[in-house]
Amino acid sequence: MSERSNLRLAVLGVLLLSLVLTLVGRLFFLQVVSAEVYTAKASANQFRYVVTPATRGLILDQLGRPLVANRTSLVVSVDRTSLADQKDKGAAVLHRLAKALGVSDTSIKFRLETCGKDAHEKPPICWNGSPYQPVPVAKDITQDLALTIMEKRSDYPGVSAGLEAVREYESPFGVNAAHLLGYLGPVNDTELQVQKDALAAGQKIPPESLLRSRDLIGRAGLESQYDDTLRGVPGVKKLSVDLSMAVTGTAGETQPTPGNYLVTNIDARLQAVAEKQLYEAILRGRSRTERGTSTHYKADSGAVVVMDVTNGHVLAMASWPSYDPSVWVGGISKTEYSALTATAANTPLLSRATQGQFVPASTFKIVSASAALQNGYTQAGPYPCPGSLTIAGRKFNNFEGEAPGPVSLTKGLAVSCDTMWYQIAADFWVKDGGLKPTAPKDAIENMAKSYGYGKKTGIDLPSESSGRVGGRAFKKARYDALHDAWCRRAVNGYPEYTDKARAARDKAIASDNCKYGDIYQVGDEVNLAIGQGDTAVTPLQVATAYSALANGGTIWQPQVARGIVSSSGKLVTAIKPLKTGKLPVSAANLAFLRNAFSQVTSETYGTGYNAFKGFPLAQIPVAAKTGTGQASNNQQSTSWFSTFAPANKPKYAVVMMVSQGGTGAGTSAPSVRKIYEAIYGITGSTVDPTKSVLLGGSPVTKLPTIKADGTPIYPGMPTAATRVTGAVGATGAPGATGKAGAQVTSDAATPNPSPSSTGFIALPVLLAGGLVGRRRRHRRRPSDAVIRLWSP
Amino acid sequence: MTLTYPTAGTQRRRSQSWLAKIDWSLVVAALALSIIGALLVWSATKGTQIEKGLDPDGFFKKHLLNIVIGVGLCILISRFDYRLLRAYTPFLWGASILGLLFVLVKGSTINGAKAWISLPAGFTLQPSEFAKIAIILGMAMLLSEKRDAENEPRDIDVAYALGVAGVPIALIMLQPDLGTVMVIACMVFGIVAVSGAKARWLTGILVGGVVVAYVAIQTGLLKDYQLARLTAFTNPDANGRTSGFNTQQARIAIGSGGLFGTGLFHGPQTQGHFVPENQTDFVYSVAGEELGFVGAAGIVLLLGFILWRAVRIALRASDLFGRLVATGVAVWIAFQAFENIGMNLGITPVTGVPLPFVSYGGTSMFASWLAIGLLLNVHMRAQE
Repeated sequence: MSERSNLRLAVLGVLLLSLVLTLVGRLFFLQVVSAEVYTAKASANQFRYVVTPATRGLILDQLGRPLVANRTSLVVSVDRTSLADQKDKGAAVLHRLAKALGVSDTSIKFRLETCGKDAHEKPPICWNGSPYQPVPVAKDITQDLALTIMEKRSDYPGVSAGLEAVREYESPFGVNAAHLLGYLGPVNDTELQVQKDALAAGQKIPPESLLRSRDLIGRAGLESQYDDTLRGVPGVKKLSVDLSMAVTGTAGETQPTPGNYLVTNIDARLQAVAEKQLYEAILRGRSRTERGTSTHYKADSGAVVVMDVTNGHVLAMASWPSYDPSVWVGGISKTEYSALTATAANTPLLSRATQGQFVPASTFKIVSASAALQNGYTQAGPYPCPGSLTIAGRKFNNFEGEAPGPVSLTKGLAVSCDTMWYQIAADFWVKDGGLKPTAPKDAIENMAKSYGYGKKTGIDLPSESSGRVGGRAFKKARYDALHDAWCRRAVNGYPEYTDKARAARDKAIASDNCKYGDIYQVGDEVNLAIGQGDTAVTPLQVATAYSALANGGTIWQPQVARGIVSSSGKLVTAIKPLKTGKLPVSAANLAFLRNAFSQVTSETYGTGYNAFKGFPLAQIPVAAKTGTGQASNNQQSTSWFSTFAPANKPKYAVVMMVSQGGTGAGTSAPSVRKIYEAIYGITGSTVDPTKSVLLGGSPVTKLPTIKADGTPIYPGMPTAATRVTGAVGATGAPGATGKAGAQVTSDAATPNPSPSSTGFIALPVLLAGGLVGRRRRHRRRPSDAVIRLWSP
Repeated sequence: MTLTYPTAGTQRRRSQSWLAKIDWSLVVAALALSIIGALLVWSATKGTQIEKGLDPDGFFKKHLLNIVIGVGLCILISRFDYRLLRAYTPFLWGASILGLLFVLVKGSTINGAKAWISLPAGFTLQPSEFAKIAIILGMAMLLSEKRDAENEPRDIDVAYALGVAGVPIALIMLQPDLGTVMVIACMVFGIVAVSGAKARWLTGILVGGVVVAYVAIQTGLLKDYQLARLTAFTNPDANGRTSGFNTQQARIAIGSGGLFGTGLFHGPQTQGHFVPENQTDFVYSVAGEELGFVGAAGIVLLLGFILWRAVRIALRASDLFGRLVATGVAVWIAFQAFENIGMNLGITPVTGVPLPFVSYGGTSMFASWLAIGLLLNVHMRAQE
């Protein structure tokens, strides 16, 4: 054989060797160098995750009574992978199901679509959970339907019915408390995206705060404020799947961690009283007519706050109009939401107590009086209180023109004399330099800020309003913001107005503001002193301010929550009272003011005398201040009644406000009196602490006990004997249709807190025991429910 | 004692010797690959078989049976003096051409290629595998014809030899089975090169190959899916059920195997059926995932060992015919294995050729063992 052949064979050998080495090299790169990358890819291939939601923590009142618990709802779910395996892609099954549920085929189809570009509906109607998780398509279905679905498996392949935990508003004593409790809503894509970006940026998010698609999160009230702690951590089941996405096994499982319980300072019974009395005040206002006319007060809204002045605990707080928070359970419908937000409904979602801003009127005189006393004005006076006073060419009337003559400071406050404050305010203004101020002290404005007006109280509820103090600083800020607009209007006028006279008037005002808008005029100071004009406050701010006066000058941050307890009863966090300020008023002056305000109810000339006639003031002196706010833009006056008691050793502050409700004394005061009667157990003029709505006659100091299984222990909780256990057994035998299995009902106040009983439980297990724990009183929501506003 | 009787000794050596003259290391390597293949096929198919309610060990048993038949064929062909084999070569070649024609008319289509003849009891036969042997023998015969004092084949011999290869290549092209065509093309080039033919023939074959490929692509002779498959490996992250899916999943399987693998029957990618065709074309991914780098590299090294033995046999062959046969076998096994493993590793196009000895499939197994038989034959004759 030739040399050439030998040579070429040798070359061939080398070539073949290089092929072998190439393969080994590549193999080494894949399996040793990049093993991690491919292991991650393989894991993404092979595992799917199914999330078991955690049971959300309960919200309890201060005695442990559940305000919000969980109940079980019968839910129909559809497994999309199972449908996909069917010949017609599940069309026949869906049609059957739609017919059984009484809805259209398309509405179910849309529910099964994954949210995204191609989905026909937006969340929460489309599905934004894992594709391997059964999609719930209907909630609160009847037991009969659930049984049909579970028994006729061949008719409903891929469809299942089971129990799922949803929020239940326990309403002990008929409590509504919607604005305190809030509601849940599904997490949205924006929030998930924000979180994704944060995680991508390397931010660490603790597991209990981590949002997952399909999570329900607090959207208002305590549910929102304490969402992280209430939500718990869902359990995750790691399933291994094959190429056809059939589950081949479980690769790991973590159990859900139930959310923590939130214990509030709210006393459910007192809350119920407060809500009822607020509603009574609204009705009272509507029954009254404006003085000198036959026009009834509109009394369109109102709020009441009951606070412990010694620590800022909010014992009760209500706002009217309210709504039934359970409309949010299982997703609010379009109709319901538009009804809730309609103008006619008068924004029931808005909490007047913390978000509403109203003219404080005479209730603001605690500020003016404090400022006056701290700046040399004497208690004795006397101060002239004419029917009207002309300052800087402008005539200021006393309220409704009364003229009691010269008064002491005490009596001036008791009769709510306005004209004496006009003089004092004018004096302050002149001392500050008048129209050409030099380093003004702004005594009233600063005192108002010391009382906490003009800034958020810091209550543990979302979206609180800060209100405003209509003093020099506010005027300057508004001038800076609006100056350019005013000056434009001063030139251009209001051509868009059809009313020529109004356009001319507004143009003149704009022109005036453009030139002089930054000047703090005497009229501004006068308005400030009597709580009129630009000043606006929330009822909660008033309660905080009166509490400070009552307790000797400490501003406590109002707190709804008192502590966080784990679902097994262990204390997680005790929420301590928080001081946020100290009044710059001497103890003597505060004591004087407390006494002065107590005369509002005790002296015949006091504006609150009539409302408290017969009240045992000797035992429980009540310090109070009426307020009748003259709101602008043709609104009727705002009724205020701001109080604390006992005036000599204050414990509670009660503030009630009714918008467009008339006088404080006439509309709000009788309701506030009723609240005090409930607190102290007063019948007629007898004080009996055992009849107090508060257990033991005062707020409790301890946190309630929660058993290891998550059941809170509270006075008056139903015992086993008081429960109606229903007929179980004979007809509940396996194989029977189960329709005869009686509904088990329990008494109204029974909580359903046990985590094991609120999770998703296999329906057959419950049916076998003849036990599907739905309350008789549970309101089934018709699919096209109309608005459900709340009234006691 | 035997030494004193040279003739008798020679006689005796010849008669007792065929077992002694066998290259046992070659046989052991091929057998080891076949057994590993059986285990991998078993692991790849057991789950699916159970799901289908079939014998879980069905593929395993069939693969073992194929090995037995293959080894039988190997013994048969190695016992046959290849110099006699030359005489039968024209008939063998003719038979393979008939087989290829038959498959074009009545063959079954699998994965787009009409390459299989269905036999009773679910067996199939792939004539192109046997055509490889016919081409090797035919070319070796023509290129090693006795010449007058010339060491190198004459141009006319080379031309004939290329003609002998060209007909079956054309028929296989029509199936179309590009992978096999590529293997045969390499084989032809190797045989012509080692035959000592003039260098211009080699250049000619290379240029011709490029031209044919260009024309095939330009004129649309290649169908879109074939082109897509060929180019898929250049886009390794093609997602979903596209052409890149198989290779991507195979690569994930192999990459996630790491150094020692997940253990036989324990690879999630394999057992979850993420890699389609993982008992045939993608059987190597099973080795990568379940046996890890150690096992997968072991397979490559065993193949490398076989190639080393084949080249060694070619070097030591007693005549040019033997050398060319051994060369043909070496190039065949080398390029087919490279194509197959390379496609599993994502460095060569997806062409659908089986991995010799390892992939499930009777014809491939028989052809592989026939190739070993040819090597043994050449090896034994060289010792006489």
